[in-house]
Amino acid sequence: MATPSISIPKKHVSTRWIGKLIRQLLFYVLLLVIWQLLASAHIWKDYLFAGPLTVLESTKALYQDGSLVTAILVSVRRLALGYGISLILGLILGLAIGSNHYIEETLGSLVVALQALPSVCWIPLAMLWFGLSEQAMLFVVVMGALFSITLGVDAGIKNTPPVYIKAARNMGSRGLALSTQVILPAALPSILTGLKQGWTFAWRSLMAAELLYNTISLGSLLEGGRDFGDIGQIFAIMIVIIIIGIAIDGLIFQPLERMVRRRWGFAV
Amino acid sequence: MIQSIGNKSRSIEVAGGDNISPSAGGNSLRIEGISKTFVGGERVVEALRPVDLSISAGEFVCFLGPSGCGKSTLLNIIAGLEAASSGNIIVNDKPVRGTGTDRVLLFQEAALFPWLNIQKNVEFGLRQAHVPGKKRAEIARHYLDMVNLSGFENSYPHQLSGGMRQRAAIARALAIDPDILLMDEPFGALDAFTRDKLQAQVETIWSATHKTILFVTHNVREAVALGDRVIVFAPRPGRIIRDFHIDLPRPRSLEDHHLG
Repeated sequence: MATPSISIPKKHVSTRWIGKLIRQLLFYVLLLVIWQLLASAHIWKDYLFAGPLTVLESTKALYQDGSLVTAILVSVRRLALGYGISLILGLILGLAIGSNHYIEETLGSLVVALQALPSVCWIPLAMLWFGLSEQAMLFVVVMGALFSITLGVDAGIKNTPPVYIKAARNMGSRGLALSTQVILPAALPSILTGLKQGWTFAWRSLMAAELLYNTISLGSLLEGGRDFGDIGQIFAIMIVIIIIGIAIDGLIFQPLERMVRRRWGFAV
Repeated sequence: MIQSIGNKSRSIEVAGGDNISPSAGGNSLRIEGISKTFVGGERVVEALRPVDLSISAGEFVCFLGPSGCGKSTLLNIIAGLEAASSGNIIVNDKPVRGTGTDRVLLFQEAALFPWLNIQKNVEFGLRQAHVPGKKRAEIARHYLDMVNLSGFENSYPHQLSGGMRQRAAIARALAIDPDILLMDEPFGALDAFTRDKLQAQVETIWSATHKTILFVTHNVREAVALGDRVIVFAPRPGRIIRDFHIDLPRPRSLEDHHLG
């Protein structure tokens, strides 16, 4: 008897999902057509505006000479490495700030202040300190992500329901075990928010820094497109950067967020 | 102070009887002059006037009273999660300070860790005590079976009903094998049916394990259904006004004991 009442909403959800997909597909197909029509109309000069077919050509060329794959690997590797360093430092800093009143008053206020600085503002300093080098790129990524992660961990610790800590202490949990087995996991929803913000900041400032650094990378291909007047390449790389952003968000952060939201029983 | 409901021999207790003998051996609990006052600006709030109590091993004691009468405060002090303004908690003739796995507190919300599955939740205390993995799993399974949660080892707390979560929390507390179980309105957030079932189950567990249980409630029916002894608190200032012995035969629950 309960079957129809269960299957109806299910069907409803699935048709809604398919409907959304169809509408989105239609929108993007339409967008491509308009884009191509605009390009074919030659309203703007060809070296200022590339149509989708030109962009496709450029993408194919970049792929075939191997520079696209190399560039993606180089940029993503920098992001991953710098982000990893930020993650470790951010967890330690956030834990210290979140659990000690004096550290919060001092170091905590500094982190809040530095967080207010747009992360691209670290680029000139990075160039001065490390020159145009791999270290400079890493520095920019670390500075982009570190403070968001730190503040996320700190907020998570402060918002931890005290009952978890009480229960854990009562069951004999102390010190490091209490921190790693209870306080950090309890803070996960909030940490995740910081992690997400941290990665977008890091990714943006890395792209900016790579514009200035002439070894092959996504940023330098973008800048190269300008240098060689290759508008197709500029459009192609921009699209690639967007796709990587969507992929990282969709493959890493969204599943994590969904899992946490469901398991913790509240919205992040 | 001591009165009696029912007509068994316990009603002969002497008035002012703080010295109910811990003849059962085991872990008796003495509360000596425990008080709690909060200072908030100009005001001094007497949350709990000095309390003297003696509880024998294996006794089921209910703290009954309206909110703000200090019953939960006293329980938290016994658990070591709150500091008393004065007095001593003496377990087995030894004064105790801070938390200890000999006294485990259960909260109104089950306080299971949402990032651990039920099995891992029950193993938590054992893991803190560095019990080896295989032994941990074995003990956890035993207590999950005791609270009828076999088959839910791999579920996460959000997948369980409120009553099941509270049973898992009881298994988690029992797994540490404490001498004293402190229950702070553990069924306060549950519906009446679930509550009745869990009361029956707690009674069963109590008679099977011989733990000393201190059970805080504001529900008279619950207190009388469960306790060997019901201690009545009054608010403003928080204090004990009555100490009843309940000599009704057990099991007292009218409900079905088999939980599914």
